Amino acid sequence: MNKKVLNAEAAIEGLLDNMTIGLGGFGLCGIPENTIAALIRKGVKGLTCISNNAGVDDFGIGLMLQTRQVKKMISSYVGENAEFERQLLSGELEVDLVPQGTLATRLMAAGYGMPAIFTPAGVGTEVAIGKESRVFGNKEYLMEYAFDIDFSIVKAWKGDAHGNLIFRKTSRNFNPLVAMAGKITIAEVEELVPAGELDPDHIHLPGIYVHRIFQGVDYEKRIEQRTVRTKN
Amino acid sequence: MLDKNGIAKRIAQEIKDGYYVNLGIGIPTLVANFIPEGMNVVLQSENGLLGIGPFPIDGEEDADLINAGKQTITTVPGSAFFDSALSFGMIRAGKVDLTILGAMEVSENGDIANWKIPGKMVKGMGGAMDLVASAKNIIVAMQHVNKAGESKLLPACDLPLTGIRCVKKIVTELAVLDVLPEGGFRLLERAPGVSVEDIIKATAGKLIVDGDIPEMVL
Repeated sequence: MNKKVLNAEAAIEGLLDNMTIGLGGFGLCGIPENTIAALIRKGVKGLTCISNNAGVDDFGIGLMLQTRQVKKMISSYVGENAEFERQLLSGELEVDLVPQGTLATRLMAAGYGMPAIFTPAGVGTEVAIGKESRVFGNKEYLMEYAFDIDFSIVKAWKGDAHGNLIFRKTSRNFNPLVAMAGKITIAEVEELVPAGELDPDHIHLPGIYVHRIFQGVDYEKRIEQRTVRTKN
Repeated sequence: MLDKNGIAKRIAQEIKDGYYVNLGIGIPTLVANFIPEGMNVVLQSENGLLGIGPFPIDGEEDADLINAGKQTITTVPGSAFFDSALSFGMIRAGKVDLTILGAMEVSENGDIANWKIPGKMVKGMGGAMDLVASAKNIIVAMQHVNKAGESKLLPACDLPLTGIRCVKKIVTELAVLDVLPEGGFRLLERAPGVSVEDIIKATAGKLIVDGDIPEMVL
């Protein structure tokens, strides 16, 4: 069960124009930096990207917007990106805004083999337009479909050759959920170890959901909002 | 009249010992500064943390540890990390006792609008729609009137809705108000130096003033 590949280039083999991809991360926290860079070098175009955010102008998915590789974004919040705004207003980019919990749970549903979920988020708002709803108890819920993703791309702290993953602090966020949802899932990790070195009790995502794993390099791990206090 | 910190300080009085609380971006974030020392309160961050601590000491910030506003933070002893589905799972399941968030408009039946201004940039709703659809108790921290002097407490919201019939209480620079289940804003308290007449003038929706309205104790 060796899922190790050499690098990001090898990991994205078969990722083609017009595919739907999922990317882990929240803001710039826990984003798959190496694989995003490889997608830009490869130049695949017309991508539909499912990701909670769209990066910033010069980092994360923002870099793929600069190179016009993204046809459509499916996200909950895209507010930190001027190039995104420009492409959206000019009609070059489609966007589907999805409530954050709905986004997370639609990914989870895909990984749990469930075709749809019911959620109260968005009832009575424009999010509900055109969607089936159902009343359970005395509360209304929207039916939201599981995502169908060609390639999922995630970043973990540690991983082993079987694809078992451990995440660090709040960089877990959407990563295990995106990983569950892909037909092919790529994991880049800060530390890749042989199978057997991670404690099975500490695994956050079992390797059955991961198809290709590689040792990432040169992580920038950029901070979006640096907020600090001074030592009293 | 209250400033932002005053609004946050008054809202902090609504937090009870043992509460799990989700604080939104803006004034709600300031509420954390006014939770009494020794009170057991756990702050939830919807990107996957129970137990938000203060900002890190300069030089100790960690790119892997942020809040929902993408700010670097720390954790408190006894905190826990989890993924985004579990985070919204606990919100949806009603495990979070109190949600405090900002708003652009609230209607007299408890509808809230806080995510979109048509014609301007649309940034997205983030987790706001999930929070307002599921939270057991929602307190809105907001200015009573907008920059043009128009009331933000309305008979019906003009802006696209975030959620319907969900707001239970509002704290503004002028007043504390309940949203009644049958509709209407019931005036509970006045801010220091603010008269009932000032509040009536600033409220476009149905305002219920019953008896003497006490001044807030801060």
